[in-house]
Amino acid sequence: MTTAMLVSILMTLIAASTPLLLASLGELVAEKAGVLNLGVEGMMLCGAVAGFAVAFSTGSTGFGLVAAAFAGVAAAMIFAVLALSLMANQVATGLALTIFGIGTSSLIGAGFVGRTVTRLQPVFPAALSEHPLLRVIFGHDILVYLSLALVAAVSFFLRRTRPGLILRAVGENDASAHAIGYPVIAIRYAAVAFGGALAGLGGAYFSLALTPMWADRLTAGRGWIALALVVFSAWKPGRLLLGAYLFGAVMTLELQAKAAGVSWLAPEVLAMAPYLATIAVLTMMSLGRRTGRLDAPACLGKPFSAT
Amino acid sequence: MLEWRRRREPSTLMLALSPLIAIGLTMLLGMIVFTAMGYDGFHAVGSIFLTPFLEPQRWADIGVKGAPLILIALGLAVGFRANVWNIGAEGQYVMGAIAGTGVALLTYDMTGWWILPAMVLAGILGGMAWAAIPAFLRVKLQVSEILTSLMLTYVAVQLLYFLVRGPWKDPGGFNFPQTRMFTADQTLPMVLEGSLVHLGIPVALLLAIIAWLLMEKTTAGYAIKVVGLAPAAARHGGFSAARTTWATMLISGALAGLAGLFEAAGPFGQLTPQFPVGYGFTAIIVAFLGRLNPLGIVFGGIVLAATYVGGEIAQSTVRLPQAATGMFQAMLLFMLLATDVLVRWRIVWKRRTA
Amino acid sequence: MTSIITRRRLTFGAAAASTLPILGRGASAQSPLGVGFIYVGPIGDHGYTWTHDQGRLALEKEYGAKIKTSFIENVAEGPDAARALRQLAQAGNQLIFATSFGFMNPTIQVAKQFPKLKFEHATGYMRAENVATYDARFYEGRAVIGTIAGHMSKTGQAGYVASFPIPEVVMGINAFHLAARKVNPNFKTKVVWCSTWYDPAKEADAAKALIDQGADMITQHTDSAAPLQAAEQRGVFAFGQASDMKSFAPKAHLSAIVDDWSGYYIKRVKEVMDGSWKSGAIWGGIKDGFVKLAPYNDAMTPEARKAADEVTKAIVAGTLHPFTGELKDQKGEVRLKAGETASDEMLSKMDWYVDGIQA
Repeated sequence: MTTAMLVSILMTLIAASTPLLLASLGELVAEKAGVLNLGVEGMMLCGAVAGFAVAFSTGSTGFGLVAAAFAGVAAAMIFAVLALSLMANQVATGLALTIFGIGTSSLIGAGFVGRTVTRLQPVFPAALSEHPLLRVIFGHDILVYLSLALVAAVSFFLRRTRPGLILRAVGENDASAHAIGYPVIAIRYAAVAFGGALAGLGGAYFSLALTPMWADRLTAGRGWIALALVVFSAWKPGRLLLGAYLFGAVMTLELQAKAAGVSWLAPEVLAMAPYLATIAVLTMMSLGRRTGRLDAPACLGKPFSAT
Repeated sequence: MLEWRRRREPSTLMLALSPLIAIGLTMLLGMIVFTAMGYDGFHAVGSIFLTPFLEPQRWADIGVKGAPLILIALGLAVGFRANVWNIGAEGQYVMGAIAGTGVALLTYDMTGWWILPAMVLAGILGGMAWAAIPAFLRVKLQVSEILTSLMLTYVAVQLLYFLVRGPWKDPGGFNFPQTRMFTADQTLPMVLEGSLVHLGIPVALLLAIIAWLLMEKTTAGYAIKVVGLAPAAARHGGFSAARTTWATMLISGALAGLAGLFEAAGPFGQLTPQFPVGYGFTAIIVAFLGRLNPLGIVFGGIVLAATYVGGEIAQSTVRLPQAATGMFQAMLLFMLLATDVLVRWRIVWKRRTA
Repeated sequence: MTSIITRRRLTFGAAAASTLPILGRGASAQSPLGVGFIYVGPIGDHGYTWTHDQGRLALEKEYGAKIKTSFIENVAEGPDAARALRQLAQAGNQLIFATSFGFMNPTIQVAKQFPKLKFEHATGYMRAENVATYDARFYEGRAVIGTIAGHMSKTGQAGYVASFPIPEVVMGINAFHLAARKVNPNFKTKVVWCSTWYDPAKEADAAKALIDQGADMITQHTDSAAPLQAAEQRGVFAFGQASDMKSFAPKAHLSAIVDDWSGYYIKRVKEVMDGSWKSGAIWGGIKDGFVKLAPYNDAMTPEARKAADEVTKAIVAGTLHPFTGELKDQKGEVRLKAGETASDEMLSKMDWYVDGIQA
């Protein structure tokens, strides 16, 4: 394997991991606040179509990204009103949101099928971003760096800041958090909105960076993988980064191996490997601790009412 | 100003009324949205919601589409009531079909009345076995069943792909990935000769009634509810959370497996890569539409099945895109979930005091 | 819901459902002919389903008020398809096109219940008195783009982004490779199976992996334009699938195999109108207008153009069959003797690869 190939594979790997990282990081924050939103795929599709529509209409990918984040938040707010204010079951609401996102994005996108926009460009000047070696570090678009920065920021926020502590408290014990005087529902709204914004950006990474186009169900199920990654990470941002890149690596290397003529397993067996691996990791994490609670926020998925 | 007040007792009136309010609101909203999109909103909503019920020849279609949803949702509801979150019913459904098909392929050259019951048994066991994995991990290792059951769905689907593209491929099928068609002895009999109403439909309804009796009239049903509502109290009362987890996971796995076998041995008559169509996920929604009550689930299954049937009518009559039907279904679910709040809460008008 | 009602509805349905709407609208002579379609994907896929819907639109353009088309999209292959077909039958359509292989059993089943209606099933092998089948010889188009690839490739390697190893896909890979090998005897074709018809990001990554491995020609048998975009980004050439995809990759897009169902649809509707419709099987190629080549890219060399045109002409004239012996599979077994051409039956069951393909 040549260096050029290695660089190229790494570039593909990083690009494939980025939307997973964005979407799952948003979901991690929502879950830390005690909210299980299974509608990630739906929010990603809303972001993907809104991002493409705005980028196509205005000619600016920047506006597209902003629109994608807003679309993700808008979709997340439907979930929030139902699951937080009206205390509907979160599992059912999240599934309904995915159905909503698939249908709505297809309707909005119908007029954009067959069009394309300029791909999201690298941030750094060509001297760095097209350098045969250094492009591994400097050759990426804004969302790659943003996603990495956000991992650090979320990690710092959750562990070192007071609002982060409050957010975790809301997810661990909503009743006490409320008793102390924290606005449980408002904090959960904010966490769900953050999750929506990142899912929207993750979706837009498909329609603006990976495959700059719109076609129905463009994200092809990545939202479900993002949900799995959150659990895989044991709700830790650092481990989430590892998980997302590991998953991206598995996807990329599988295709590379096939292209190189290496076929050691049936494709179906390879396709099930990531899911079996996630179960194995969950099991091992559980064996490795006595409490066995896996660090899942204690109030995850449970409705809260002040009265 | 308006204020929510928690009811002392869930309102029985609202329990029955809220789904109707939701359906009414969805129809109104649907008409507005579809008209705004430039379609004939009135006829679109009529096609989706009314035509399937008004035309008797659609009833069999609703039954065929609704039966697997009802069967799976019945099992899931038992678990959901006990706070056991099996969201991988799709995988158990697929495994039921795979196990039953395995028996069908083994008995391909045989005849006899016993073949179909053997397939049914295999289907049930297949679903149970797949549900037993998350049950074991939850009980022994405290691993969240939400995630393991979901992950196992993908594994089951890939196993299905592997089998129909490899060892189980129909030798006479031009290398297309699908199994042989099942023989007459391996196919679910029709209840009404010449119609589409197969045995799975009355079985689903019968099981709903049995489930209702079990949940409402027996100690076991009570135990499941208590474990879900108050785990601490349940332990005190001698109900084991571990046993409840095992029981509810195995019941939901068995019913999902049965539904999968019925679908394979009924409408499909073989296994193909297109076999999984998401019934396991849709059934979660059906379970909630039915408020986790077996009779409510029959209602929820019929309503959701009708929107699928009606969505196709709307496509071919008023050219409403399929995506619009999807959006409509989501709106219906949103409304049903939203109006659920009326069961436990009431709105009061409170005068602002100075 | 008694059995009598249901049975009567079903047998009665064919006649009643198709005449009632007509009576409602007035004289039957002027009433438009109902033509229905069921699609496996969304019409917004810009791929396989989209090409069939283009055929439907061509019908509307051709016959205007004389026909009324309707369609049901995103129909799952299985019992849902049977229901969608019945819906179209009961809605008064007299000719119904089922446009995916997996609709085969449901089509046969529903056609039995509606003996007076005509059904057309794409890419299947089961027929009946009122069920015809139709398919396109895409492999002829593959032979043309294989010829172009043989001329244009500098590395002598093509990357093939493929879905599933079913006969249709396998025969396309072989046809492409055989044509390229005729130009360059050392030509290599590398296949990556995506195990999906549609996952744009994965298709793009598969194309990138193939380019990393030295391919400078990308071709595909999956549905999205993503592999072309990947080729454009990496500065190699590629071919469009199912429709002209130049807008996605202006520099990379050398040509495309264009599916064109409109001619067949127009012909069959006319036959229903004048009463000459008969069941049968057609497997149309370039000659019949089922398969077309998109306009060549300006980057194509004169030799490549000339060779591609010659192959096209020879296929149309019937002097060239893309599968002509001697052909050996990868184990060295002779599949076609020298001078022999592949029968349609052999093609429709193909599950072996010729030498030089890495699949």
